[in-house]
Amino acid sequence: MNPQELLYWVRGTGLQIAAAVFVSGMSYRMLHLVLLGRKKSLATPRGSEWRSGLRTIWRRSLVMPELTARGRFTVTAGSLFHLGFFITLLFLSQHIDVLRAILGFGWPALPRGVIDITAILSIAALIALLAHRFMDPVKRLLSDFQDYLSWTLTFLPLLTGFMLLRGIGFDYLTLLILHTLSIELLLVVAPFTKLAHMLSIFAARWYNGAIAGFKGVKV
Amino acid sequence: MATSSLQRGINAFVEQIDGPVATFFTSCVHCGLCADACLFYTETQDPQYTPIHKLAPLRRVWQQEYTFWGKLMSRLGLGKPVTDAELAAWEPLVYDSCTLCGRCSLACPVGNDIAYMVRKMREGMVASGHAPEGLKNATRRAIETGSPMGVNLNTLLAHIKHAEKETGLSVPLDKQGADYLMVLSSAEIAEYSEIIPAVTRIFHQAGVSWTMASDGFEGTNSGIQIGSSDLAAELLGRIVQAAERLKVKYVISPECGHAYTALRWEGPNLIGRPYGFQVIHIIELLDQLRSEGRLRTEGVDVTRMTFHDPCQMVRRGGVIEQPRNLLNMVAPNFVEMPDAGIQNWCCGGGGGVSAIARAEPLRIKVFSRKKAQLDAIGADTIVTSCSNCRSMLQDGLEHNHMDINVVGLTELIAEHLAPAAK
Repeated sequence: MNPQELLYWVRGTGLQIAAAVFVSGMSYRMLHLVLLGRKKSLATPRGSEWRSGLRTIWRRSLVMPELTARGRFTVTAGSLFHLGFFITLLFLSQHIDVLRAILGFGWPALPRGVIDITAILSIAALIALLAHRFMDPVKRLLSDFQDYLSWTLTFLPLLTGFMLLRGIGFDYLTLLILHTLSIELLLVVAPFTKLAHMLSIFAARWYNGAIAGFKGVKV
Repeated sequence: MATSSLQRGINAFVEQIDGPVATFFTSCVHCGLCADACLFYTETQDPQYTPIHKLAPLRRVWQQEYTFWGKLMSRLGLGKPVTDAELAAWEPLVYDSCTLCGRCSLACPVGNDIAYMVRKMREGMVASGHAPEGLKNATRRAIETGSPMGVNLNTLLAHIKHAEKETGLSVPLDKQGADYLMVLSSAEIAEYSEIIPAVTRIFHQAGVSWTMASDGFEGTNSGIQIGSSDLAAELLGRIVQAAERLKVKYVISPECGHAYTALRWEGPNLIGRPYGFQVIHIIELLDQLRSEGRLRTEGVDVTRMTFHDPCQMVRRGGVIEQPRNLLNMVAPNFVEMPDAGIQNWCCGGGGGVSAIARAEPLRIKVFSRKKAQLDAIGADTIVTSCSNCRSMLQDGLEHNHMDINVVGLTELIAEHLAPAAK
């Protein structure tokens, strides 16, 4: 298989397999969480579970005012990473072309200069978060193999994508193959690691809010 | 507790893992933000007290039993099974340094209710034989004598006699068909028995039809604190039985955090059916009487007064505004502590910690958080509505040589009842 054929496979069958594993894996994971369920409480409720659950999904996205230095750093770098990642993913013209081919519709792209900034911010934030994970005693104690695996799997598409845009390191074809493969690796592994938090976070917040809301506590 | 073993503990862990627990573990990104919400971490800066870390053995059981990754690792012989030695090492983290206060559950950005999980983890700790001696003994006393502090019916009868003499009013016992069944906490009977004349006077003024029960007067539930649903159900069952025997409409939860959690929130689930009565916290009832104009006070306490929010009543219980409404009646110089309300810091002795002797030095150390809250406002009097908090506050203040008076809210209100009713 020459590089051109490899690219053809990676962008065709490879991507289809990765997308199928991602969608079915995430669906299985989420369905499993839902089916595990919980016992319905027999106590008399004081407030609404649903309203409080939905409210908490939103409220936990807001920056809390009483954060310590660790919290401020984590929330700032974490927000910058997520924001940069999703803007780059959704508003780079090349990404929109791929998504248009899959979805059948597209949307306006952001200028390259803006995407450069969001990509760099996202990469810098990820590196800072990794450094903090090594340096901060609490995070260091909590961290396990999956934390570093998740970091690597998330970092690679950003790095190879940036190299591709800037033509750094390898020829265009090689970088395109590497970038696409890194995305596929992320898609295949995500459902089975803590990267599944991209969906489960909404259920976690809902449960938290619902448990408190049942008792009439606004969290 | 007698037939505990590692396998029983692991089985209990597996049984305790429900949708919320699995969702919380799936969502945790190990950001460490929960550490800064826990007074055991903030006051020691020791990372082992990070709330989510206290759940590490339960998390591993979840991984190995419920996730593809964990199952694969176990199949390949790469999984690390939870051992007795590990659970023994985790015992001080799950009990001595967690009051189930739930402050971490408010701080988690992904929404994990960590206190919910610690409560569940304790079920496995008990089943595996890794619960602290102090709590085991308290629970054993509660099952055998009816009270974790060893108080019995004779003690209560003596207090009732004294209260009747003091108030000139009768204290109803085993009165069939009364509207309310008053339950007390262990600490109230043992240390703060002035609660009995206080409620007697208040209920007399408000015209409340009430009683106490000779077979269900103790609300403190060590079963909840140690994490044994079976024992918790047995202790709670005594109150349920008494309430149903006397055909009361309401059971009044005492000023005791975990008694309220047991009676109000966990109770029907423990006994497997809804109650035939409702549960109301004493502070909720007093505020209701106030709003109906049935609770009248006279005079005020002009000292600089503040309120310590008991975690189980406020953050985990939803009785938040009621104590403040009552304090407004008698405390013109009331001042809130920083972080008051659902963000309040625990007294350090809830969730059974006060029953663990070896935890005392740590509990006293972390009281520095409460001290800082109090130093910020310069209060003369601290009011609370949990007898365990009250005891812990008094202890902490004494260790820190702080001259602050600690009073129970119900007694404070009783002290200011309109004279005609006194």
